[in-house]
Amino acid sequence: MIRKLIASAAIAACLTAGALAETYAVKGKNVWTGTSAGTLTDGVVIIRDGRIVTVGGPDTPVPEGASVVSSEWVTPGLISAFSRTGIIEVDAEDTTNDSSAALSPFSVALNAADGFNPDDTAVHVTRLGGVTRIAVAPVPSTNLFAGQGFVADTSGRQEGDIHENAFVYMSMGEGGAGLAGGSRPAAWAQLRAAIDDARAYPGRYAVGGTGDVLTRLDAKALVPAAKGKELILVSASSATDLNALMDFAESEPALKFAVVGGDEAWRVADRLARLKIPVILDSFSNLPASFEQLAATQENAARLAKAGVPIAIVNLDDETHLARLMTQVAGNAVANGLDWDEAMKSLTVTPAKIYGLSGYGVLAPGAHADVVAWDGDPLEVTTNVDAVFIEGEAQPLTSRQTELRDRYMSLDESQRPRAYTRP
Amino acid sequence: MKPWNWAALAAAALLTVASACGGPKPDKKAFTKDEPFPANPYPSTYVAFPNPPVLITHATILDGEGARIEDGSLLLQDGKVVAIGKDVEAPEGATVIDAAGRWVTPGIIDNHSHLGVYPSPGVSALQDGNEISGPVTSEVWAEHGVWPQDPGFGRARAGGVTSLQILPGSANLFGGRGVTVKNVPSRTVQGMKFPGAPYTLKMACGENPKRVYGYGNGAIPGGSPFSRMGNMAGYRAAWIKAAAYKKKWDKYAAEGGEAPARDLQLDTLAGVLSGEILVHMHCYRADEMAQIMDMSKEFGYKVTAFHHAVESYKIADKLAAYGACSSMWADWWGFKMEAYDGIPENIALVQKAGACVIVHSDSEMGIQRLNQEAAKAWADGRKAGIDIPEEVAWEWLSLNPAKSLGIDSKTGSLRPGKMGDVVLWSGNPFSVYTKADQVYVDGALMYDRNDPAYRAVSDFELGQPGEGDMK
Repeated sequence: MIRKLIASAAIAACLTAGALAETYAVKGKNVWTGTSAGTLTDGVVIIRDGRIVTVGGPDTPVPEGASVVSSEWVTPGLISAFSRTGIIEVDAEDTTNDSSAALSPFSVALNAADGFNPDDTAVHVTRLGGVTRIAVAPVPSTNLFAGQGFVADTSGRQEGDIHENAFVYMSMGEGGAGLAGGSRPAAWAQLRAAIDDARAYPGRYAVGGTGDVLTRLDAKALVPAAKGKELILVSASSATDLNALMDFAESEPALKFAVVGGDEAWRVADRLARLKIPVILDSFSNLPASFEQLAATQENAARLAKAGVPIAIVNLDDETHLARLMTQVAGNAVANGLDWDEAMKSLTVTPAKIYGLSGYGVLAPGAHADVVAWDGDPLEVTTNVDAVFIEGEAQPLTSRQTELRDRYMSLDESQRPRAYTRP
Repeated sequence: MKPWNWAALAAAALLTVASACGGPKPDKKAFTKDEPFPANPYPSTYVAFPNPPVLITHATILDGEGARIEDGSLLLQDGKVVAIGKDVEAPEGATVIDAAGRWVTPGIIDNHSHLGVYPSPGVSALQDGNEISGPVTSEVWAEHGVWPQDPGFGRARAGGVTSLQILPGSANLFGGRGVTVKNVPSRTVQGMKFPGAPYTLKMACGENPKRVYGYGNGAIPGGSPFSRMGNMAGYRAAWIKAAAYKKKWDKYAAEGGEAPARDLQLDTLAGVLSGEILVHMHCYRADEMAQIMDMSKEFGYKVTAFHHAVESYKIADKLAAYGACSSMWADWWGFKMEAYDGIPENIALVQKAGACVIVHSDSEMGIQRLNQEAAKAWADGRKAGIDIPEEVAWEWLSLNPAKSLGIDSKTGSLRPGKMGDVVLWSGNPFSVYTKADQVYVDGALMYDRNDPAYRAVSDFELGQPGEGDMK
């Protein structure tokens, strides 16, 4: 609960886009910093002008005029390492779904950020789950390559922060085999040819030539990744497919990879750790849902962390409308052996590192003020959010869902239909 | 003359099962007009496994009927709940478990699962959950598509699920019969079937039927139904046929003569009209549920439960008045238009209105954590000012689904005399950190988190990477 100088609703009400950020003191019985400072008891986080100024104990001076928020827990804003929030309003309605383009001739060049809609209702719902940044990946359809992913804030503001071309997303394993023509050998041939196309750009295209698999625009878009300057996110699950990827990574040491899925990653954990390849996983996965996930177990996260593999935990069951359930997934990972602190890092520090987001995912002086106050343990399913700050601005805790809820709290229509009730 | 009805047939069939227990005996009985054909040709062969007495002590017990007992004891004997309370004596030879700090609840019952019909691995050869060939397929029975080796059954057991309803999918207006099973490993589906559970009928509203049939095969219009109007017309046309069919059989039962020709499709629908088969209907939108309730009155049957029901909160008063359960997710929304208005407080708002609440999964993942789904809904309600005691919320997971499946006199709560379907949790099951330590089905220990000897491994997982691992 918020013990306050001003209520959270009032904080939300004073918000105007672009207004000068206020000074806030966010107090928590427990303040998890994500740094070597660990978890502070009765901690205080001072926010001013978009940045964290101080992180300290109960004696931390609160600047005059600061708005005070008090909660059970305070953490950095969570970062979803893999989502589709903001590019799909309603999955089944093609006109509202900008995640894939089966009829486009392009692939790597498809920039998911061109489809990002900050007004998307799921952006607001995600923010209300304490998630302040989302890495968003397109869905592959033309070939192995889905296109360019981005990282955005969840403020829902048109002028919100967006980091484009944060990664190239591609699919290997069974999915990649299907996209490349029907087999894993076809997928590997396509990947190698695509890297060659990028490295031959612009030369072979300049004289009217074509690439082996990529159009001119796609080859151009793959150049940074082919030079090791842009991360390549690869969806792969089985130990065999992950070993094949690591063989490739070893033969191409300049390239930067991270794995998405990685259901059997625990079987090759030591090699992943040695190659410093992070795994973005949904640790709920524990069924042989396909022949590439036979050894899936909820202990995957714990085993990977123990081996020293950087992990980011996400909800892959619905990465669009319920990306926020990453906390529940992480809590279950703890119930299956993952250290609680590691679980928190998998939602904050590690995704920030994967995407090179310096100054995010931690509560530290000078860091960007993405801060969340919770009414309990953030990984607990019964916990809710008390306050969310993005770049130092208190965020509205309303969404289309909360408006529907408030309209239908009463079903009384004795005077007028519910449609006249606007929360 | 006694009127012919499906209840009599079911009762006769149960007697047949009982007599068959003595050994295989070809049934040479000539069918009479009172039992013109076998009503239960695929009977349950489930028998409880050995179940020595177990006394669980010092536990926090939620009895599943709204009561909580602190520092309580629960005695299971001969497969039944025998005693529950503060002081329960251990009978001779009973295993006594000190459950201090742990919780005990009735086993979870998921009334919406596709385990076995859409099993893992999800390869094309094992997709047996939807007879998509036509909008009316009430002739198909889910049990004929259930693959008992689906590893998902074991995962659900580890999540405390002791019974479940397996339903056909939701492409069709009438999808077919569902089957209720006890969650025990078995070589056959008959070995899982819940003894005496009534049959159910899966129906579907809204987008799915019109998308699959109207927009199917790449041609527009692909066929009927093409719209929600077509959905309603399709149901009504089928009910009219079913009523005529039932009338013929009722006449035959009353007057004899030549038996009418059987129609498998109409057998099921007539079973609904005679009240023997329970209707479980996939329906998202409030306005559609209201139409369906009217239609059920038009033809004289009852919808037992609306499934998914993401807009139940908008008509919770009408659902309470009608008496249908809403079988809901905690928070799924947005994946299609009819799910667009889903809110996390749906469950709590339906409870607040006094209507019947069920938490269901419709997911091989969700079924493993239905306690957490209930916990989320409970907490979202609390945040909105709707305070529901945990012991009441547990009814969403056991007693209410049991009612919706017609098995609440046998299971779904810890009332003495009921089946010993019980979960011993490592702590408060409304916490993300809590796991099922032990799961009992009819008093027999069928899962023990700490003992590999009580963790079944399906045939499919034998000899594969990860065999027998902690999952």
